[in-house]
Amino acid sequence: MTPKGVSLNPNSRKTKFARRFIFALSRMRNPIPVSSSIEEEVRTRSHKIKIAAYLSMARAVGSRRAWSRALLFKLRTRARRHNMIIRRRSFRLKKKRIIKNDPQGEPSQTKKLRQLVPGGKTMDMCSLLEETAHYMTCLATQVKVMQTIADHFAK
Amino acid sequence: MSSRRSRSRQQTGSSRNITDEQIADLVSKLQQLIPEIRNRPSDTQVSASKVLQETCNYIRSLHREVDDLSDRLSDLLATTDTDSAQAAIIRSLLSQ
Repeated sequence: MTPKGVSLNPNSRKTKFARRFIFALSRMRNPIPVSSSIEEEVRTRSHKIKIAAYLSMARAVGSRRAWSRALLFKLRTRARRHNMIIRRRSFRLKKKRIIKNDPQGEPSQTKKLRQLVPGGKTMDMCSLLEETAHYMTCLATQVKVMQTIADHFAK
Repeated sequence: MSSRRSRSRQQTGSSRNITDEQIADLVSKLQQLIPEIRNRPSDTQVSASKVLQETCNYIRSLHREVDDLSDRLSDLLATTDTDSAQAAIIRSLLSQ
């Protein structure tokens, strides 16, 4: 934990994330408004911002962690599928994945944790706990940076 | 398929004694990261299931915060156009 006033490492995860996220935000300028209400515009943009935040964080972490790899994969396939739907207007095949809990005496909360951490469904217990710890710290950084940006804009 | 599962169960059953300590170690590491448990004055050992429960709650609350913040940012972006100057300002703010 660096105290305030001390310069942060320019290559830190936090700075990398901030750079990517701000860049993504700056690209989200108001295009010619589509024929949808303003609230819908705000909502779709909010969704885009959320995706950009997770994407920026996953990219800042890189492929060193299983959760970032899983998250990048999920977002990319989702984006690809989204583009196909916009173009073709074909119906979506939603595959509901049934998670079978291996009855190995894992605590019941493990199942919920696996659903929360990206890629957690196929990890063993040790990796799951490690990835959870890393994921938690990255999420906290993400929230802090987003808070800083929002406070700055609110001024 | 069932044979594969029983085989894996046997494998982890034999190695579970070795990794129990590792798991306890990782759980205590998680314990330190969760602010709710970290700020508690008592230093008594928290049960593993409680740590996992609090971890789930913490991650869920973080997800919710991201949702709220992106809503907020979307509102703010509508009113103030971002230009590169502001981006530079923010970057310098964060690098302080």
